Amino acid sequence: MTAAVATDERERRMRARNRALLAVLLGLVALFYVVTIVRLSGG
Amino acid sequence: MSEFPATIARPYAGAAPYVGATVGDYIQILKPRVMSLVVFTGFVGLVMAPGHLHPVLAAVAVLCIAVGAGASGAINMWYDRDIDRLMPRTAMRPLPAGRMMPGEALGFGIVLAVGAVAVMGLAVNWVAAQLLALTIVFYIFVYTIWLKRRTPQNIVIGGAAGALPPLIGWAAVTGDVGWGAVALFAIVFFWTPPHFWALSLYRAGEYAAAGVPMLPVVAGPRETKRQMLLYTLMLWPATLAPWLFGLAGPVYGVSAGALSLMFTGTAIRVWRDDSDRAERSARQMFAFSLVYLFLVFAALLLERIGGGMQ
Repeated sequence: MTAAVATDERERRMRARNRALLAVLLGLVALFYVVTIVRLSGG
Repeated sequence: MSEFPATIARPYAGAAPYVGATVGDYIQILKPRVMSLVVFTGFVGLVMAPGHLHPVLAAVAVLCIAVGAGASGAINMWYDRDIDRLMPRTAMRPLPAGRMMPGEALGFGIVLAVGAVAVMGLAVNWVAAQLLALTIVFYIFVYTIWLKRRTPQNIVIGGAAGALPPLIGWAAVTGDVGWGAVALFAIVFFWTPPHFWALSLYRAGEYAAAGVPMLPVVAGPRETKRQMLLYTLMLWPATLAPWLFGLAGPVYGVSAGALSLMFTGTAIRVWRDDSDRAERSARQMFAFSLVYLFLVFAALLLERIGGGMQ
């Protein structure tokens, strides 16, 4: 693997990880929102 | 998730530059197959518990059990990366294969473990959170770090960690641990030794090369087969306990009895087989052990959902 190819691959993987992290964070926001509503309604 | 320069030294690296782990690598270190069984037994514990839990909170409890199990798997892979590279079955995992830095796996595992326990405590209850924390701590410190490389009883005592998820599910609903939950714990606890020893019978060479003192490596296949049969017999009262104590009904009782008979049959076949086909018998027992645990818990679940028991 050449240095240029390695750099491209590293950046591609980093973008994929960042997108996955964003999805997880958005999921957590939604989860905490729903849990708060349920707990406040006495669930 | 940190980036590393292409020239950084990797623990088990070849000549290829380090390009970072993929999302798939992060999922792989969570041991998703182990996680699926843990989630299922935890879910059954939650359904079998007396009382009611809001479906959203029940889903959060199951999610926390899954993430906690995954965190344990990630930290286990971090600690065992040296012996994992010695065994063909584990050599291609992200850490021994050099696709992930050890610190990434450890950090990932710790964040998930703390997050799962905190969310369980805040959203569900703190008894379930404490049991989840106990499970993670037990798996990492008692099984992985203390016992795994020291004694052939590693998976017997360490198996308690894998048996705790039904208790966590139960406690998520009730806020305490009842006798029914203990019965579910006992099923997984007594199932674990014959399950893992069946695997280690036909992987004994790999474990020996890695210096892991599994029972077939230390005591030989004959003693291992004897103990597998003994644990399979001890599993009988544990599996029938939910029926005997009224937690489950006759459908479960008959199903559990039939499955236990078949599981004991596979153990007897392994015990008696010293021929060239002994490895095949062990492989078949290992495969059936997974089916056995799934079907026993599925029988509990189906009977409860079907209204067989109130």
